[in-house]
Amino acid sequence: MNTTVTLKKGLFGRLNLRQKTILIICLTSLLLFVIVISSLVLGGESLPTNFGFKNLAPSLEHPFGTDWMGRDMFIRTLEGLGLSIIIGAIASTFSTILAMILGLLSSAGKKTDSFVSWLVDLFLSIPHLLLIILISIGLGGGAFGVIVGVALTHWTSLTRVVRAEIKQLKTQEYVHVSGNLGKSRWWIATKHIFPHLIPQILLGTILMFPHAILHEASVTFLGFGLSPHEPAIGIILSESMKYLSAGYWWLAFFPGLALLIVVLLFDMIGDNLGRLMDPKSAHE
Amino acid sequence: MKHEKLLKFGGHEKLLGFAGKKTFKLISLLIVVCLASFWLIEQSPIDPVRAYIGEMSVTPEKQAQLEEYWGVNSPPQEKFLNWAGNILKGDFGTSLIYRIPVTDVIKEKFTASLILMAASWLISGILGFILGIIAGMKRGTWIDKIIKTYCYTLAATPTFWLALVLLMVFSVYLGWFPIGLSVPIGVTADNVTFLDWLHRLILPAVTLSLLGVAQIAMFTREKLKEVLSSDYVLFAKARGEKGLNLVLRHGVRNVALPAITLQFLGFSELFGGAVLVEQVFSYPGIGQAAVSAGLRSDVPLLLGIVLVSALFVFFGNTMADIIYEFVDPRIKQEEAAS
Amino acid sequence: MENKAEINVEEGLNTEIEINEEFGNKLNVTSNKRPISELDSSTEEKKKTEALLKVEDISLSFTQYASGLRQTKLNIISNLSLEAHSGEILAVVGSSGSGKSLLAHAILGILPSNAKLDGKIEYKGRILTQEKKKELRGKEIALVPQSVNYLDPLMRISDQVIGDVAEEDEKLMKNLQRKIFQRYDLKPEVDKMLPHELSGGMARRVLVSTAIISSAKLIIADEPTPGLDEKTLNETLSYFKDMADNRCAVILITHDIEAALKISDKIAVFYAGTVLEVANARDFKNNGENLRHPYTRALWNALPQNGFQAIVGHQPMQDEVIDGCVFYERCSKKNDLCSRGIPLLKEIDGGVVRCNNAVSEEIPNSDETSSIHGHELKISAKEVKEV
Ligand SMILES: Nc1ncnc2c1ncn2[C@@H]1O[C@H](COP(=O)(O)OP(=O)(O)OP(=O)(O)O)[C@@H](O)[C@H]1O
Ligand code: SF4
Ligand SMILES: [Mg+2]
Repeated sequence: MNTTVTLKKGLFGRLNLRQKTILIICLTSLLLFVIVISSLVLGGESLPTNFGFKNLAPSLEHPFGTDWMGRDMFIRTLEGLGLSIIIGAIASTFSTILAMILGLLSSAGKKTDSFVSWLVDLFLSIPHLLLIILISIGLGGGAFGVIVGVALTHWTSLTRVVRAEIKQLKTQEYVHVSGNLGKSRWWIATKHIFPHLIPQILLGTILMFPHAILHEASVTFLGFGLSPHEPAIGIILSESMKYLSAGYWWLAFFPGLALLIVVLLFDMIGDNLGRLMDPKSAHE
Repeated sequence: MKHEKLLKFGGHEKLLGFAGKKTFKLISLLIVVCLASFWLIEQSPIDPVRAYIGEMSVTPEKQAQLEEYWGVNSPPQEKFLNWAGNILKGDFGTSLIYRIPVTDVIKEKFTASLILMAASWLISGILGFILGIIAGMKRGTWIDKIIKTYCYTLAATPTFWLALVLLMVFSVYLGWFPIGLSVPIGVTADNVTFLDWLHRLILPAVTLSLLGVAQIAMFTREKLKEVLSSDYVLFAKARGEKGLNLVLRHGVRNVALPAITLQFLGFSELFGGAVLVEQVFSYPGIGQAAVSAGLRSDVPLLLGIVLVSALFVFFGNTMADIIYEFVDPRIKQEEAAS
Repeated sequence: MENKAEINVEEGLNTEIEINEEFGNKLNVTSNKRPISELDSSTEEKKKTEALLKVEDISLSFTQYASGLRQTKLNIISNLSLEAHSGEILAVVGSSGSGKSLLAHAILGILPSNAKLDGKIEYKGRILTQEKKKELRGKEIALVPQSVNYLDPLMRISDQVIGDVAEEDEKLMKNLQRKIFQRYDLKPEVDKMLPHELSGGMARRVLVSTAIISSAKLIIADEPTPGLDEKTLNETLSYFKDMADNRCAVILITHDIEAALKISDKIAVFYAGTVLEVANARDFKNNGENLRHPYTRALWNALPQNGFQAIVGHQPMQDEVIDGCVFYERCSKKNDLCSRGIPLLKEIDGGVVRCNNAVSEEIPNSDETSSIHGHELKISAKEVKEV
């Protein structure tokens, strides 16, 4: 984050914190959007294999080098990133829905509350990675397996946020007043609680993204996720292991770095959004 | 005096209550974990007989015998009760890939992993704490920015990728460490010299430590900010305390316990990290065993490892709770206030 | 004790102010260019002319981020002036959240980073810069905080009271701490306790000890008496009285006007971020006819024993911009002038007041520029008296 700011000081110097924050959010979102779109466009046609150009080190023509089948690693990486983002998005969305339902459930009453917290404890009791593997195996692996696995393991923190948020809103005066005026619970929920909850949920989903992406890649890397035919980053990296001793470092280096950058971009969006929503954190 | 005794008695009561609650929780947790993971495996297309036979050719009679042994054709409830009953007797079954009792496999592999995890737990904890204190003290300066950038970046780094990069640099390029680190199956730890073993521990431990630093450093930094803006630090400043001494006297003292607590709460991630790192470095630990068991349908071993990992995480959480409830006097203060 | 005499002599001769760091020395070290004998003989006079601490026209504001990262400015203190004299207790009385603690923090230089402080603070006749504050706090200027929350929850009491001292002084300080504790009837067990193990009264004595051990000349007590029973309250107040008797200047910040009146020499009435009046304690009597400001009078009459006549309205909000008198909305004596420009500070009958209509019969409505600095005006008032 700091590097961006220093790099663009000329432009940034003239903006205030609010404008900077919004600009960062827009730029990073745009970049991610471009990655997804280009991977979708590229994904349509299968990559040309050319054994005459196999295992080439990075060059101007092939910035990320080529693999053992002569495929361009830059394009493979781009496709992999697009896939990662999409899978991350699907899994995070499901996780968010789950978190909302469970968060609402836990604020419905004492019994449901202790049930939800029991469920949270349960899902936190096994290391996430192992749990995703287990779920993925149970569902027969593949994209479906990982997505469900990731979705089922990332809802816990957002559920807590939703629960705490509702609890806090409930104690607020206008909710009490509305209750005293005889408004129905549903009316109060839609008029007062949801509008406050939605930004929190949006932020929670975005903050969930990086974890979801990293977990998907890890599980795929270990061999429990996407099938080897998919152009996933996890697959690319696990293939690269075979060629490490031959010194083809670019096979692993660039795709992993690209994944790291995508995750960082998501973190940045999340942080800056959080800053807009919680101004206290902006005092530094 | 009487008051004091009462207090002590109260503490004793609290301890008993705590232990009771924890035991109950552990038992119920283990039951549910057993049920859930068994159910998941039952859903999967895994065929244990196939997995057992593997490449071997067997007669149909033998196959029928194996099916009988694995209970392929018996209903799931029966299979579960059978398995759970055996576990209660301490029998986790036989590993399909190692062909020895699961308990033996776990004992050996988990010991290796524990050493790896303990080493990186300590290193990352200490290093992260120091970095967090420095960053928190020098808030807003270049050194804080460097530490923050480092932490942000590492938090976004795929564990297995960092492992691959270190492997490429230190094993392939510099040649300091062998590439295939694994010991052939069947060679036990006894046949490996201490130096050999240390040699193969270094890279995985370094990887895990580098990654573990991020969370604890950022936490320490934030916590230090909180402490430094507390009333008691304000008062210390008003009394003329300042600089490093102030941070050492009040900051470190008050941040240390929460940081240790967090480190204990990180057991789950530590285990996950170990799985990935062991896979890349072929470190013969429980993580690698889990991956092999999953890929090669070694159901008894996989279930055993899941249970052990749950115990491991539970232990970490319990330690954190103990610190919170019994060690940190601030909790007592709050209780007294309320 | 030999020590004491030596320093005295030196101070008597030196024109420079000596920063006295001797432990437990409770001497008056107010700057002076005169021999001590003279100082002692004419106490009343000297106290009035030589303030130990002089706060002149300070303002304090915060920059804040509102939702959506818009910056806003929040004025907490504006045009505040007061003086503290050695051997006197000045009570600063105001309601909760009016910025009293921040005033103390401003004097000590421990304001949060988003605070902006303007105006002049002088200590012993010299401008108190941030560097100077850093140097003096804990040595010459001490804070007695409000509650046990101001003690490190994980540090033993004796270590906290001793503070951060050089290793070679530790034994000396330990002895001193023990002595002070003994004087305050704190048993040796207390040394090893943690803050949460202290009872309310013990905590009070421990907090006072932190100021005593520093041998400060200026003591700022920030609400040292909340929630104390009658006996502990009087006991705590007596500690501050002792400090003043030892020639310290004490600023007692409180919202309890009755407690303040028990021991103070002067009362500064704090309202909406400024001091409306500094009155002598003896002015608080009867119907408050000797009080100079309508608000002070209203406060006095709102006390239970004076008939509970509460004033209507509330203090202006911190983000409200007020051009005239801050008390305008609630004042019954207001006139047109009051809403145009902040009333100037005037000295009347040995007190200071910021009100257009407060005029003592003895003082002709003197030209207003000279009234900003009460000092000059006071001399003229005296002249009038003498005539
Ligand atoms: N860092 C800050 N940023 C913005 N506003 C602040 C900050 N610190 C304090 N304030 C505001 O300044 C006002 C005065 O606070 P202060 O603690 O000085 O009041 P007080 O007179 O001591 O009240 P009390 O009697 O309750 O102690 C408060 O209303 C508070 O909201
Ligand atoms: S200046 Fe005017 S409004 Fe303010 S207190 Fe005096 S008379 Fe009232
Ligand atoms: Mg206060």
